[in-house]
Amino acid sequence: MDKQQFFEQIKKSVIEGNKEEAVALAKKATEEKLDLNEVIEKGYVPAIQEVGDLWEKGEYFLPELITSAECMKAAMGILQPELAKANIPTKSCGKVVIGTVEGDIHDIGKNLVASMLGANGFEVVDLGADVKLDQFIKKAQEENADLICLSALLTTTMLGQKKLIEMLKEKNLYGQFKVMVGGAPVNRQWAENIGADGYADNAITAVEEAKKLMGITS
Amino acid sequence: MIKAIRPQLKLLSDELIQKIMNEAYEVLEKKGVWVENEEALSLLSDAGAKIEKSSQRVFIKPELVESSLESAPSTITLYNRTGEISYLVGKDEVHFDPGSSTPRILDFQTKKQRKAVTQDAINFYRIVENMEHIHFQCTGIIPTEVPDIITDSYRLYLGLLFSTKPSVTGTFRVEGFKPMYEMLVAIRGNEKELREKPLAIFDACPSPPLKWSNLTSQSLIDSARAGIPSEIISMGMTGATSPATISGTLVQHVVETLAGVVITQLAQKGAPVIFGGSPSSFDMRKGTTPMGAIETMMIDSAYAQIAKYLNLPSHAYMGLSDSKLIDAQAGFETGIGAIIAALSGINVVSGVGMLNFENCQSLEKLVIDNEICGMAYRLLAGIAQRDEPIAKDLLIGLEENAQFLSMPHTRKWYRIEHTFPKIVDRDTYDYWVSLGGKSAEDRAREEVTRILRENPPQLPDKEIQSELRQIMLADAKANGVSSLPEIKL
Repeated sequence: MDKQQFFEQIKKSVIEGNKEEAVALAKKATEEKLDLNEVIEKGYVPAIQEVGDLWEKGEYFLPELITSAECMKAAMGILQPELAKANIPTKSCGKVVIGTVEGDIHDIGKNLVASMLGANGFEVVDLGADVKLDQFIKKAQEENADLICLSALLTTTMLGQKKLIEMLKEKNLYGQFKVMVGGAPVNRQWAENIGADGYADNAITAVEEAKKLMGITS
Repeated sequence: MIKAIRPQLKLLSDELIQKIMNEAYEVLEKKGVWVENEEALSLLSDAGAKIEKSSQRVFIKPELVESSLESAPSTITLYNRTGEISYLVGKDEVHFDPGSSTPRILDFQTKKQRKAVTQDAINFYRIVENMEHIHFQCTGIIPTEVPDIITDSYRLYLGLLFSTKPSVTGTFRVEGFKPMYEMLVAIRGNEKELREKPLAIFDACPSPPLKWSNLTSQSLIDSARAGIPSEIISMGMTGATSPATISGTLVQHVVETLAGVVITQLAQKGAPVIFGGSPSSFDMRKGTTPMGAIETMMIDSAYAQIAKYLNLPSHAYMGLSDSKLIDAQAGFETGIGAIIAALSGINVVSGVGMLNFENCQSLEKLVIDNEICGMAYRLLAGIAQRDEPIAKDLLIGLEENAQFLSMPHTRKWYRIEHTFPKIVDRDTYDYWVSLGGKSAEDRAREEVTRILRENPPQLPDKEIQSELRQIMLADAKANGVSSLPEIKL
């Protein structure tokens, strides 16, 4: 099999949002015993980066973005367990605990960020919407997470972001996890005021910001 | 004398309405809706609806929907604070009110949004009170210096003090209903009087797709039993929380709304309920919910047409803008929305004053939008014959070089036939320059300042003021809030 051609097929499947194809190609890679880390790095990762570029150019909109991220997630669902089985370490950009803060049931924005982080090599633990603040901290400790990402759509619930950082300080955990905030009413000024480490106003910049916080240059 | 026809906009064919209704009925029966409220579930269960306990899903048969539609009134009459002025909500009557509930206000000086406080809410109520074409009040501003837990009741408290118009409001917590209801009863004197002369509409929003939360279900039940009209605000976002097509979103809108109507009628047969909404054409590039998008307005107009088909009063969020400033976009989105709402015969049109996706109020915009509403009403009044004959005698009797300015016919009709806005600029260029070359926003600011300076608020009687204050203080105390901002009366 021509590897280069195979990687191109993978890229095409992800960029076009063809989930069945992206999964079939992941299965084929495992069946043919290819170097799966190479498949991820040369096939899937460049694909999702291309999708990010298309978004930034204004050619791709949210439906394309989210469909491609879901292709990635599905393909990784095949590849990562295989790598684990073979005891091959997977490359991770970092572990993220993410959710919408308590009192807030909105999760579209949070889902987008979770998908894009996942698609770009982060391990994502998604706690869902209306998540109790102590749950974020508990889960971050359990999972030994690098990043806590907090979403809020309402001006009333964004206060939960501030409170979480205060709770981290009380528990002497401030600095142990990087904290990123986002959501419609949130801006960089707010993030700085409450002592958050990072802020993003969309799912693509969230990936860039998270990588920056992890010291990864993309 | 030939009367004016009322200009009307209809976007849906009868065939398409029928198709949407059929699909909605099928979804209600086969998929049902999630209802996260025990009392609503037991009401539905008692009425024979099948409940799937594990998921709180309830399947609603067409017969139950139809009997609910039959008992729901086709019109509602709201009354002002004194109970003397009535407003029919139903048929093709159109009433504008400000867009609801934001903690932000556009600051005229800085041109930036800032957090709103009690004084902003009071100014807002006083401005709306003075706007001729804005018939209803709305608890539109959330004072941010007051703890969140009591902002629902606190908004209404200020509104009842500083305005006499009927109001659109709603609860932010299940417990919020009680103090808010007590305040309304305090105004009317007793529960029966409030039931007979409703003063406020309570909004209740299902969570798209197809879900009724605990808070909003409870609001439907409590309001129905108290005789307070509920306004059901379904709000699918096309392609995000509802189908991407307009007709697809309409199907979901109807499903969610009819489920709500059923709950109101089971709680209290004959309870007043309004088929409303705040759907939007989701922007797939920005991830935002533009209220000024033409597609958003098309969804609104279309579901209002369905509301009429179902013989229910209607409501929509229209006559507002997503602009962050009072600029050209703010004007045209508001103007187009108000006109489409009026032509669609939507009974309660919430939106004026609003900017930034329902996130920011502006006093200056309220004053400008009032004139837009005035234009909409003039349009609705249409073109009538007026005189017999219309004008042939005038024209046949004309002398050479005659003009119409001094004719009795002109004097008799011009003020009836034409409107004279105050903020809109119709000056000659030189005169406009001589007045300082001001923008509509500048002129609106002057009007805001004038009203606040010259028109004192119409406060309720001292005893009622004190009763309202007691209710508010008790609610604050029950929620651990020890003091409230000082209000100058």
